[in-house]
Amino acid sequence: MLTWLGYFERFGQNFLRGAGVTLELTAVGLVIGFVLGLLLALARCFGPKWLQRAAGAYIAIFRGTPLLVQLFIIYYGLPELGIAFSQNVAAYLALGLNSAAYQAEYLRGSINAIGSAQMQAGRSIGLSKWQTIGYVILPQALRLALPSWSNEPISLLKTTAIVFLIAVQDLMAEGKRAATTTFDFVGIYLAVAVVYLVMVFALDALLKFLERKTKIPGMDIETRR
Amino acid sequence: MPKPILTIKNLTKTYGQNVIFQHLDLTVNEGDTIVIIGPSGTGKSTLLRCINLLTRPNEGQIWLDDLEITAKGTDEDQVRQHIGMVFQNFLLFNHLTALGNVKLGLTKVKHMSDEAATEKAMRELSRVGLADRADHYPGQLSGGQQQRVGIARALAMDPRVMLFDEPTSALDPELIGEVLEVMRQLALDGMTMMVVTHEMGFAREVADRIVFMEKGFIVEEGSPDEMFNHPKFDRTREFLWKITELYGKKEKDAE
Amino acid sequence: MDFGQFLSYIGSGTVLTVGVTLIALPAGLLIGTILALLYVYGGKVAARAMNLYSTVFRGIPPVVLLFILFFAVSKGINLSAFWAGSLSLGVVSSAYQMEIVRGALLSVSGDQLMAARAVGLSRLQAIRYVVLPQAVRLAIPPWSNEAAIVIKDSSLVYALGVPEILRRAQLIGASSQRYLLAYLSAAVIYFVLVYATTRLLNLLEQKLSIPSNP
Repeated sequence: MLTWLGYFERFGQNFLRGAGVTLELTAVGLVIGFVLGLLLALARCFGPKWLQRAAGAYIAIFRGTPLLVQLFIIYYGLPELGIAFSQNVAAYLALGLNSAAYQAEYLRGSINAIGSAQMQAGRSIGLSKWQTIGYVILPQALRLALPSWSNEPISLLKTTAIVFLIAVQDLMAEGKRAATTTFDFVGIYLAVAVVYLVMVFALDALLKFLERKTKIPGMDIETRR
Repeated sequence: MPKPILTIKNLTKTYGQNVIFQHLDLTVNEGDTIVIIGPSGTGKSTLLRCINLLTRPNEGQIWLDDLEITAKGTDEDQVRQHIGMVFQNFLLFNHLTALGNVKLGLTKVKHMSDEAATEKAMRELSRVGLADRADHYPGQLSGGQQQRVGIARALAMDPRVMLFDEPTSALDPELIGEVLEVMRQLALDGMTMMVVTHEMGFAREVADRIVFMEKGFIVEEGSPDEMFNHPKFDRTREFLWKITELYGKKEKDAE
Repeated sequence: MDFGQFLSYIGSGTVLTVGVTLIALPAGLLIGTILALLYVYGGKVAARAMNLYSTVFRGIPPVVLLFILFFAVSKGINLSAFWAGSLSLGVVSSAYQMEIVRGALLSVSGDQLMAARAVGLSRLQAIRYVVLPQAVRLAIPPWSNEAAIVIKDSSLVYALGVPEILRRAQLIGASSQRYLLAYLSAAVIYFVLVYATTRLLNLLEQKLSIPSNP
């Protein structure tokens, strides 16, 4: 037990550095995923038929294959086409593109819940289709999506842990290095797990706080059903 | 000398500070139909649940025939076999057909063979007029049909006494009649019954005794004639007048 | 070498991917169901313990938990990487499957249990014959989702040296220097596996659905 606690002193600096990279990966992936996910959701709900179908295919493919494979295609595969990224950029992209598929589904769900009635209401006062989407539907849909969407940052934080497999220097990579110097794989990875848990719980608390702050009284998924 | 099937003595039930009913005494004789009436929230349903040991009273005793079922170490499952219960919301097992609902207790509790259980269950379904619906699932039956299956399910166990907890309260007005008719027939066949209901027509016609409960006490009990025509207490008269008025109006609205 | 040869070389790893999934998923279901029953019907202490299990195991990234379990198991017993990896993945999945089963158990209303007790069934019989059959049906859609996740997460055992789809894609990619084709082939196979599983469970859901009139 004492040896184990000693790991935090011995590798604390490395773990912190790795955790910083992990949080960075999460943040960048989340932002890319949100922007792309929003576009995908809009395409899926309001685009022309072919665009709806393309967005649907994107979502199905990225949700239907392992992130690890997507990461390897981007990092090892694309250079053959002359598109090469650094490890970190490849990781940002893979996480972002993958997260977009999931975020698109959260947003689509809430856009559908707001429904065509709000669209009619917007159109009836003379707003154009995209004005209605921008001023009426999205403001409601984004707030409505928040409770289910708030799973995504935590889920993404956890999925970042695989990018050490293309040698991104995140928390897991620091753990692996520490494990190979001490040969105590179980102990080191347990320590790494503790650091991940702390980050997950902190992020969870933050999201719950934000959820309470932005809540509109009387408006949530339950009352809409 | 009538033979008591259920004897309730000094029964009290509380939830925390909340007294549901206290010091109840009641005797149900073999073949009797007792109708319990009273405003909602006066512990009528809880009383039935206590009798079926679905909840434990805080004080007092209940005897089923000569067995004190509230005694420590009573085999609850054994007792419940002999007490049939019909719920307000039917509570059929959603994943089983009408036949499956009636058979479950026969095969799993009474350990009857599948064949014997089917035969017995079909007899009970015929008794409530639903033999032709045996292979329907609850979701395919009307509320009235579901409740009749609920009655058949309870009857199949050959209970000593049947408890009905507002059996028609969740039904559309036009479906109430078929359920009451089944219950009336049961009473005529000599089944011992305790019925919590707001159906005053049923109470007047079928009950041997009517028990008026309010605020956790039995205010008055007597024959339908005594209760409807010359009750001893103003509260009884007031309640019966109100409920007849209210339900009479509802029935008119439904027409 | 053409696409067909790539597919068949990598495809032979499918046996192991399917094998890993077929061990991990039922193992996770078994553990998850037992824990969920303890959670819902086991009293306060058990519920608290199960809640802790769920929170901790679902808070740790699957790959980290997989590594911890894998190395712990390998230290204790002499198991092949395939078995140690599969069983570890099953434990990773168990916390998620526990939540699925728990949710399903809770959405079969307590009234059903009461009605079963009223007929004279014991508590265990009531759970076995009345609650579980209904809960199973409710659990299929979220469980189908978890099955897809386990198939995808099975790619993580590549890092433990099991020659499943991703590992074989890496091998042929390295020897032919055509990584793009190799990993795209792997993606196609995974996609087919996930899609077929989801469809199959969807059919099962329809087949088991309880008839009702709208």
